[in-house]
Amino acid sequence: MTENNVILEVKGLQKSFGDNHVLKGIDTVITRGEKVVVLGPSGSGKSTFLRCLNCMEDPTGGSVIFNGVDIADPKVDINIHRQKMGMVFQHFNLFANKTVIENIMMAPIYVGKKRLKKERKYNRATKKILKQEVYETALELLRRIGLEDKANAYPSSLSGGQKQRVAIVRALAMNPQVMLFDEPTSALDPEMVGEVLEVMKDLAKQGMTMIVVTHEMGFAKEVADRVIFMDEGVIAEEGTPDAIFNNPQTERLKTFLSKVLM
Amino acid sequence: MGNFIVRFETFWDILVNKGGYRDVITGLQNTMIIAVLGLVIGIVIGTLIATVRVLPKYKRIVRALDSVCKFYVGLFRGTPMVVQLLVFYYVLLPLFGLRVPSVWVAVIVFGLNSGAYISEIMRAGILSVDPGQLEGARSVGFSFSAAMMKVVIPQAIKNILPTLGNEFIALVKETSVVSFVGAMDLYLAFQRIGAGTYEYMIPYLAMAVVYIVVICLISLGIKIMERSLRKGDRK
Repeated sequence: MTENNVILEVKGLQKSFGDNHVLKGIDTVITRGEKVVVLGPSGSGKSTFLRCLNCMEDPTGGSVIFNGVDIADPKVDINIHRQKMGMVFQHFNLFANKTVIENIMMAPIYVGKKRLKKERKYNRATKKILKQEVYETALELLRRIGLEDKANAYPSSLSGGQKQRVAIVRALAMNPQVMLFDEPTSALDPEMVGEVLEVMKDLAKQGMTMIVVTHEMGFAKEVADRVIFMDEGVIAEEGTPDAIFNNPQTERLKTFLSKVLM
Repeated sequence: MGNFIVRFETFWDILVNKGGYRDVITGLQNTMIIAVLGLVIGIVIGTLIATVRVLPKYKRIVRALDSVCKFYVGLFRGTPMVVQLLVFYYVLLPLFGLRVPSVWVAVIVFGLNSGAYISEIMRAGILSVDPGQLEGARSVGFSFSAAMMKVVIPQAIKNILPTLGNEFIALVKETSVVSFVGAMDLYLAFQRIGAGTYEYMIPYLAMAVVYIVVICLISLGIKIMERSLRKGDRK
């Protein structure tokens, strides 16, 4: 494992909300192309851990090193780094006031405009080219998930599964180097879980680095390179899916697995 | 009834033939300038204050700004608009040796005053938007201010549009106090028409009609705006 292969390095990560210590020191290293699934009972801090990785929650201690930069440092411009880290939420969080295609195009246009202004090339012609390019990429992404006919629909008219697929390609439109999934299927009707997992499996096949908090054990077994089991704010056990599911070491993980339907 | 017709003819004569309509038009113009610009300034100030007030409070600078905003809102909601207008025109301006036309004084005072009210309306609007919308925008790399401007505030405005319409209508009606600092408005225009003959019945009736017509038109405009903003809602 060369230094260059490391995309995210988490060192002694802590997070408290007032007196409530949710994360009590997490250390892990994630390499490029790795698929990590985070499991754990509710309240174990797995969502908070994921949200600390792109500083949606500011860590109260430790560091998160992304491509060699400690993004937990308040002096770092987090917005630039977040553009390279896609995030998918449990409740989709599509912009309700924008159409599907606008949802996908907004961030690339915002970033593109900023870049053009910085290079002093921003004018009507370059803006038009930028918009056309972004539009075509967005349409291509929609085609990939089979929703190009919904381009001009508003999110409120989509099903949960469709919303989540759009949310995934909205994150992909920024060409992220890592994708964070925060329980992406937990708010979906059962028959829609499959279509979202399918998109995620496709993404995994293409070699995307993925960190997924989920309760989908099947997905973990099939896709994960490594499973992290969290309990009470620490990593209680980690290993390959085979080791975690078929040969659990800790008592806590054994109890957890016995309670989860497989 | 004959008396009524004579009164109306006198009023019509002054309004049309003796140039009374000029005051009415200037008054209507001033009313709209003061109310519209006041509302625009109010929305800008109100949005800024509301944004400060919904920020997380763990930084000292935010807490300090929050106190300033609270003081501002308390000050402007705690005194009547007429008093603010009078203080501004007869106390503050002479103290600083400034000469500002009274219409512009009214625009500033109306803006500052409605800013205080709109800040609370806007705060409710921002709180009504799912926090996930801000998170979604931040997660793709928007800065806090860009996320607020592009995603949160447009949805907040959609939610508060009926209340904002109320505020605008209240502003239009409250412009009837600007004659206190000598600006022409609808009240002063019709009062002058009546003053020549000491005959106020028809002028004041006409004034009421003008206000009702203006406000009906505004209500219609708000309704059309709301419909276009609700495009994204579930049908």
